[in-house]
Amino acid sequence: MFEQQHAASVDTFLADAYEHLQINYPKFYKMDNLSKAGVLGTEVLLNGRSLKDEYPPSGIAVVLSNASASLDTDLKYEASTRKIASPALFVYTLPNIVMGEICIRQGWKGENGFFVFDKFDPLFMASYVDQVLTEGADACLAGWIEIMGERHNVFLYLVENKNGMNALPHTAAQLTELYQKALWTN
Amino acid sequence: MDELMMDLKKKIIEALNLKHLKPEDIGDDQPLFGDGVGLDSIDALELIVLMQHHYNIKLADPEQGPKIFYSVKTMAEYIRSHQKV
Repeated sequence: MFEQQHAASVDTFLADAYEHLQINYPKFYKMDNLSKAGVLGTEVLLNGRSLKDEYPPSGIAVVLSNASASLDTDLKYEASTRKIASPALFVYTLPNIVMGEICIRQGWKGENGFFVFDKFDPLFMASYVDQVLTEGADACLAGWIEIMGERHNVFLYLVENKNGMNALPHTAAQLTELYQKALWTN
Repeated sequence: MDELMMDLKKKIIEALNLKHLKPEDIGDDQPLFGDGVGLDSIDALELIVLMQHHYNIKLADPEQGPKIFYSVKTMAEYIRSHQKV
């Protein structure tokens, strides 16, 4: 969908992707890179689809995971404190903020969960998201969203309670296969 | 005063990451919050930092914030009247 033709920093990559996707959302510029990646990744995944028009907003959940939590922004904030601490950076020094930004952008109000693991854990994610859906959610955005310095890896997927055309089974094995495929594509 | 207001607009855009705006997009009397430029409560904190960092002005009374940060013009007037020569 979008490929940088030359080696670029994460900042540049995210800014170029925002321009390329033609999203008109000025708040994007204020976000940290984790939130930018989450908001853009969700836009790419949904490809124009508006879930809040299909489900009650309270039925759309988000369950994400990564390895570095918000450390990328924590370090930038820590650096800002040497002069005058930046309130705008401070508000992003929690990893769950990315889910809030996605939910504000999409108009979702369902359950949120953020987990920190050494690496993507398909078994845990499949089990936890299944539980979220069993307990009443209609749909759940889930995945792995890691941003640390110039290292970035975003793998998002949507799980729905209803059977869709061409839908894949939501199992740990399927997630493992998709994640491996995504790694090799990048 | 005009120069100070232009300088403020540039600094506000930079400090608040308002990359979709140019200095000329912000009116001198345009409200910075609400339906005006659309700043939020975190931006208000950044404006306090901006005043301190660039103009060496600390807000003595936070209650005055809404009045001081109403527009670029009110900010400029506050800076002009409080800046040490």
